[in-house]
Amino acid sequence: MDETSIGWWGVPLAIFAGAIRISTPFLFVSLGEMVTEKSGRINLGLEGTLIMGAMSGYGIAYFTGSPWLGVLVAGLVGIAFGILHAGICSLPKVNDIAVGIALMLFGTGLAFYLGKPLVQPQAPNLPSINFGWWSDLPQVQSALKINALFIIGVVLAPVFLWALGNTRWGLILRIVGDSSDAARAMGYSPLAVRLAATAFGGFMAGVGGSFLSLYYPGSWNEGLSSGQGITAVALVIFARWNPMNCLWASLLFGGASALGPALQSVGVTQGYYLFNAAPYVLTLLILVLSSSSHRHIAGAPGELSVTR
Amino acid sequence: MNSDLVLRFGAGTKIFAVSLFAIVLSLIVFGIFVAVSGVNPLDVYDLMYMGAFGSWFSWQNTLLRSAPLLLTALCTALPAQMGMVIIGGEGAFVLGGLAAAAAGLLLSDMNAPALIVQGVMVIAGMCAGGAIIASAGALRHWRGVNETISSLLLSYICIAVLNQMVEGPMRDPTSLNKPSTRALPDWAMLGNIPGMDIHVGLIFGLLFCIVAYVLMFHTTFGFAARMVGGNVRAARMAGLPVGRLVLVVTFLGGAAAGLGGMIEVAAVQGRANATIASGYGLTGILVAFLARQNPLIVIPVAILLGGIDASGGLLQRRLDMPDASVVVLQGIIFVILLASESVQGRLNIMGWLPRIKPRTSAVAAANGAD
Repeated sequence: MDETSIGWWGVPLAIFAGAIRISTPFLFVSLGEMVTEKSGRINLGLEGTLIMGAMSGYGIAYFTGSPWLGVLVAGLVGIAFGILHAGICSLPKVNDIAVGIALMLFGTGLAFYLGKPLVQPQAPNLPSINFGWWSDLPQVQSALKINALFIIGVVLAPVFLWALGNTRWGLILRIVGDSSDAARAMGYSPLAVRLAATAFGGFMAGVGGSFLSLYYPGSWNEGLSSGQGITAVALVIFARWNPMNCLWASLLFGGASALGPALQSVGVTQGYYLFNAAPYVLTLLILVLSSSSHRHIAGAPGELSVTR
Repeated sequence: MNSDLVLRFGAGTKIFAVSLFAIVLSLIVFGIFVAVSGVNPLDVYDLMYMGAFGSWFSWQNTLLRSAPLLLTALCTALPAQMGMVIIGGEGAFVLGGLAAAAAGLLLSDMNAPALIVQGVMVIAGMCAGGAIIASAGALRHWRGVNETISSLLLSYICIAVLNQMVEGPMRDPTSLNKPSTRALPDWAMLGNIPGMDIHVGLIFGLLFCIVAYVLMFHTTFGFAARMVGGNVRAARMAGLPVGRLVLVVTFLGGAAAGLGGMIEVAAVQGRANATIASGYGLTGILVAFLARQNPLIVIPVAILLGGIDASGGLLQRRLDMPDASVVVLQGIIFVILLASESVQGRLNIMGWLPRIKPRTSAVAAANGAD
């Protein structure tokens, strides 16, 4: 055993590092979707938005050389998809879940179509901040290389919590989500608020997608997202529409997703694919435990179709 | 009776007109899209027609592709009769294929007669697919878990199980580049329809659609199930066994997709590997929505989308378009279809459709209840 090897200690360390790396897209998508769902609408199309964000962010970073510009454009593409979703949903007799499925298909197809020439070239990645300078161990150093987007996400969670409870915007959002009749009576347009909330959710999902292609795994290919978008939507229900819980849940899911690769790195290769399914199993278990057929899920926005 | 027929026919024509309008509009939007990316849309549509319906050869190809779509569409369309949106067809398809491969390999090793092997493969595939979707139905009914999300999560889990099995316990050591199970012996494979290059899976799919239609629209069971879809509380008050209905209908939907997976293994691939998760389940969702969740209308829609699928290869080879072109078109159709849903019943399209006024008091009461 050579000096830098840390044996089984590598497993918790890899899970820790993975939790931070893998959780970032979960965090962004779930924070955005939380805002959308607070307005009483669910957008399952975020899976497509995420992949579009990953593709467009990568493309822009490759052509301009600036990964941060890529992140911005990914967010703008996300806004476009959010507006598309909200626009169709504001037509009468349209089901938001069905529109989400359609946009999942459309976004995925469009990203693969436009992203075909981007599979080969290597775009510049987002820089990371090195918090592991104090350690000699390369494993610790690489585990503590933390991306700025993750830090932004961590800061956003408490800000969202505060804003939902203490600002005018947060209040309007909650009124529209709990009772569109009450909102109308107060002179707010539910459709307009939902449009803004869905567009914002799209922006966050787009940014989350750009993290996938610009930082970790850090390349663009058709297998980039394996359901992170949809898992994040389910995660919002688990987080009970609370931004801080979205953060903890994202970290938990990141850790669960890192389990397979972490075990593989110490030579446990059996059941690799099953460990890859860990986040889905975990999501499903949590959904089962946190749902009930008798009562509303605590904290659920009253207008949300998914919990009715 | 007569006015009822007119009413039904009129409603059917309207639905058909709206769907046709959505498809034509989608073709225009997709045409603009490909024109922007530098390809002549007329070339694209010409090639798509040639690839899908231009010759007997392409017709056979189209029908081959539509066979699994018939079955995966039912996975969404049947539960939709009960008001459930199930999108886990891909998972049921994959698990059905895996179970069928396992059963087929086991029995063919024991040299069972071909019909027994195939029969057990059908049962295994249908049970595996049915169980997965029925569990989404059960979770919905008894735990209130949203069935759309749970069925998609289950679908990802099924694909992971498939990968694990073909890379691990069921892997044929000689399959190096593409991990697969051992191949089924030739005698155990499903054959072709006499006189055609189309496997009998197409007949399975057509039969399943017809049986599903009769079951849902012409039996008391189907009436009860659709009543649950219309109003759960009313169904409960009427004393219907809601839980059992949910289980049976979701099981049937999953069984259809599972049978599709079995056919993919027993008639196309000859073995289970990762290629059986190639998106038939996702396209099936679109087929079901385009067919307004009606099992009988699923048949022409599956053939249309099977044709679009079949022409994808030709677009790739002749015009050098990405293989995702077909998915883009499908996505556009899906989005525009849903948007056009709100037009239905509001506009009397073109004014040439018969205006229908409810005549009998029963119809009036039904309309009033909406």
